[in-house]
Amino acid sequence: MPEIKNYTMNFGPQHPAAHGVLRLVLELDGEVIVRADPHIGLLHRATEKLAEHKTYLQSVPYMDRLDYVSMMCNEHAYVQAIEKMTGIEVPLRAQYIRVMFDEITRILNHLMWLGAHGLDIGAMTVFLYCFREREDLMDAYEAVSGARMHAAYYRPGGVYRDLPDSMPQYEASKIHNAAAVKKMNENRQGSLLDFLEDFTRRFPTYVDEYETLLTDNRIWKQRTVGIGVVSPERAVALGMTGPMLRGSGVEWDLRKKQPYAAYDKVDFDVPVGRNGDSYDRYLVRVEEMRQSNRIIKQCVDWLRVNPGPVMASNHKYSPPGRESMKQNMEELIHHFKLFTEGMHVPAGEAYAAVEHPKGEFGIYLVSDGANKPYRLKIRAPGFAHLAALDEMARGHMIADVVTIIGTQDIVFGEIDR
Amino acid sequence: MTKKSLREVLAELLADQLVSVQERLGETTIVVKAEDMLSALTLLRDAEGLLFSQMTDLCGMDYSEYGEGDWQGRRFAVVYQLLSLVNNQRLRVRVFAEEDDFPVLASVTQIWPGANWFEREAFDLFGIIFTGHPDLRRILTDYGFVGNPFRKDFPLSGHVEMRYDPDQQRVVYQPVTVEPRVVTPRIMREETYGCN
Repeated sequence: MPEIKNYTMNFGPQHPAAHGVLRLVLELDGEVIVRADPHIGLLHRATEKLAEHKTYLQSVPYMDRLDYVSMMCNEHAYVQAIEKMTGIEVPLRAQYIRVMFDEITRILNHLMWLGAHGLDIGAMTVFLYCFREREDLMDAYEAVSGARMHAAYYRPGGVYRDLPDSMPQYEASKIHNAAAVKKMNENRQGSLLDFLEDFTRRFPTYVDEYETLLTDNRIWKQRTVGIGVVSPERAVALGMTGPMLRGSGVEWDLRKKQPYAAYDKVDFDVPVGRNGDSYDRYLVRVEEMRQSNRIIKQCVDWLRVNPGPVMASNHKYSPPGRESMKQNMEELIHHFKLFTEGMHVPAGEAYAAVEHPKGEFGIYLVSDGANKPYRLKIRAPGFAHLAALDEMARGHMIADVVTIIGTQDIVFGEIDR
Repeated sequence: MTKKSLREVLAELLADQLVSVQERLGETTIVVKAEDMLSALTLLRDAEGLLFSQMTDLCGMDYSEYGEGDWQGRRFAVVYQLLSLVNNQRLRVRVFAEEDDFPVLASVTQIWPGANWFEREAFDLFGIIFTGHPDLRRILTDYGFVGNPFRKDFPLSGHVEMRYDPDQQRVVYQPVTVEPRVVTPRIMREETYGCN
């Protein structure tokens, strides 16, 4: 029999299953992976360096563009780091709004993940289902911030503005006539909170629909069960966090263990996997969506009955109201200084982490007292996960690499930064 | 028996390996000498009462322009963010590289395998060498990139730009044509500024 040598194959960076711009150099023995070497950096924009040259407030929109499917969670870590260093007290209402939007973001992220992961390994329908619900949640984004994705809604000291009393409406067009539009606008007649409450009522049924398509699906199980198994000890050592860690059976969730914002005031459960394979991580994420839905419902109920400020009143860090700015000299100066020179963060360092949909997203901020960060390090969960790809893919078939990339929930905005 | 504070445990276990301990904003930062780093970090991972089983983050630092240009210490450092899942504790460890011109530190990939890519990143962006690293290559910058972009003396606009040259029918590199420009200057204020 002739000797067959290993050969090397290039995967990506323009491959649809590469989730963006991943270039993988795979060393194969027949169809079995011997070594996987991810080449990253094709989306590197040097966000950290750019942030060193911008005032603190100007970097908030950069955070949206890190993990561009879970925008507000990124912002949350960043504003938390600033709040920690400056000691700004965030009003409770703003904290609830943040929790609510963090969970909306988590559902947005997991839906995107579920759809794309399903599509990667052959389940077309679930992708369309997921995008149907994403639409509603992005409308919620749009209602509060004006932007469907890159919201820049969280600010140091709170959130940009209070929740709106009305929802944007569909308008009649060539595609939808007046009667159809009326039906589409039915649940948008009230405030954002009414809309979200309606969503939380509908959403569990939707999750059931995804599960009908996948959970007991024979093909889905064949593609995911036993693929990319990570032991709990190894997951910890490799720096895995979030669903990757919980899928391996380690009960670790920053929302429970190191609560931030209003997470200690809401009730939810943390799902944990058993086998540490792709299927368990799928189950964990699906259950997380259900739990997020629970949290959103609790936040909606709380926000309905507790009006109040959504921004800290210290005008060294947060802008004064429009009206007072026009009447009061002091406020005018504050406003001018804040938006030209920016805020000064006391010298020191802080690390703030949030339970991002993908894992632990941390911001390590070093300030020397100037109006710009001295160093901003972004700890992206996906970076640690992708680093483990080699270990997870070894010994698997080439088709399983796609499953493993999918199960890691890779987004290049945060990995390449 | 009252539980010992992290500070006490650290002082007891690391003893003279500890250069300094700082507790601020509810976070603990320790500084360890480069020569002791491997033994100290291994101890942090394994010792009873510490058990920092996860290295959350590894961050390269260039202190050369810290403050108003009056930084006295060494220029390059690596900052490790450690997490103990058992004790639900975080710790920050800073290790300064001895030489400013050729910063070298020991690799911690043997202690936390997850450090691999983080060290490659610090090598790529700051030019810090990690001895004992299995595969120290550039990671984020382009193939064939020259320089260490996150060092403070590296300009924001970089040194070269890329464009398509229609004559040669290929992509060429050329020196940057953009003028460096500061939109908001970097300003330091005294503590009491605006507090009258």
